[in-house]
Amino acid sequence: MVRDSFESSIKSLEEEVVKMIESVEELVIKSIDSLINKDVNLAREVIRLDDNVDKMQLEIEEKTIELIALQQPMAKHLRIIFSIAKIIIDLERVGDFCVNISKETIKIGKERHIKPLTDIPKMRDIVLGMLRNCKISFIKEDSSLAYRVGQEDELIDNLYKDVYTDVLMLIHEDSKNINQGTKLLFVGRYLERMADHITNICERIIYIADGDKVQIN
Amino acid sequence: MLTNGGSSQNGVVYDVKGLNLWYGNDQALKDINLKIEENEVTAIIGPSGCGKSTFIKTLNRMVDNIPIVRTSGKIFYHGVNIFDKTVKLEELRTTVGMVFQKPNPFPKSIFENVVYGPKIHGIRNKKQLMEIAEESLKSAALWDEVKDRLHDNAYGLSGGQQQRLCIARSLAIQPDVLLMDEPTSALDPIATNRIEELIDELKNNYTIAIVTHSMQQAARISDKTAFFLMGELIEFSDTKKIFTTPEDKRTEDYITGRFG
Repeated sequence: MVRDSFESSIKSLEEEVVKMIESVEELVIKSIDSLINKDVNLAREVIRLDDNVDKMQLEIEEKTIELIALQQPMAKHLRIIFSIAKIIIDLERVGDFCVNISKETIKIGKERHIKPLTDIPKMRDIVLGMLRNCKISFIKEDSSLAYRVGQEDELIDNLYKDVYTDVLMLIHEDSKNINQGTKLLFVGRYLERMADHITNICERIIYIADGDKVQIN
Repeated sequence: MLTNGGSSQNGVVYDVKGLNLWYGNDQALKDINLKIEENEVTAIIGPSGCGKSTFIKTLNRMVDNIPIVRTSGKIFYHGVNIFDKTVKLEELRTTVGMVFQKPNPFPKSIFENVVYGPKIHGIRNKKQLMEIAEESLKSAALWDEVKDRLHDNAYGLSGGQQQRLCIARSLAIQPDVLLMDEPTSALDPIATNRIEELIDELKNNYTIAIVTHSMQQAARISDKTAFFLMGELIEFSDTKKIFTTPEDKRTEDYITGRFG
């Protein structure tokens, strides 16, 4: 009986992590949409929505502490609870990067973009795909999927290099591009960092599933 | 021949090979293979009736006291098979001490309890006996509590103190190994904590094998953990590994409380 409720506590904790991943997905979509469409209101909404993600992190963290204190989890239970406590830190960071992107969007305001935004949406699509598959691998405890997700980080790194080169060229051509150029560079950098954090999450999922501590990339 | 430490090879105190044990027709231990290393605490866990107490009692041949017991296989203690006819039981039990679930002091004074063993071994010198008593009681972390009432009856001590007295009594004959069969199951959390701290200190000088029903206790105090189930040794590994990433599904199920 007591054990049953422990198992169901772990299950509901996992469900909350899934909800947190979905909230972060929404932030990624909205932050890049707001940048592309110069939608300052949407950017402000992202900043507001991130408060919920922060709240979720605190709530989940509180529950992990409670379960450790009251149930003394062992083996798989321990790996799940410990890993969730780490996963939510990475998730919260992804949310923060969405806020950072939104702040750049607000600063750019209605300015004409100095270049057509092609690589940034591509980066967003990869980050979103990584997040979704990361969620599936977490739900299914599928370590091979988690491993494949982690490897996609390389695609993001390459796209970021392209963004970097393009913007540098534009700045080189016209120093008036420096202001917005650096902002776009930051956006690329934030997306690249998001993928790093998702990769960390994938490593935790592999630890939950197989007990192996791996470094993907 | 059974030496007190020293002659072990590569720090192995016990090397159990293919041990089987039957109570009449019931097989209680099935092909057990494991090594107990010097100055380590080895915890033995498993559900009731899994053979863990039988196993620990085989290590000093206490099971010999049960007439219907039959064994096969070998247990090398510092390289000598303890089932060899040449092995003297008294000698084995002098180097391999045992502490039981319920404290079992003799109905004598605290002092007499501790020096009981040394006296049997022929030590009569009062000064020497007092030195042994003091040293053993200090090692068992009991000295400060009883030094002013050594000649009081041991039954006047609390349960936790009685258990430490039993540990002191085992230490008085300078054993090499301490076997403990659920030594804290009858004690409150504070007394349990004292015994656990004591075990941690004692392992610097002794090799300890402990049967415990408390997985948290095994996790806290042991270096290696052996998981027994229905007479079989399912998994034997570093305690850290057993409690974080056990290999066998049955170990996982037991320590996460799915059965047992």
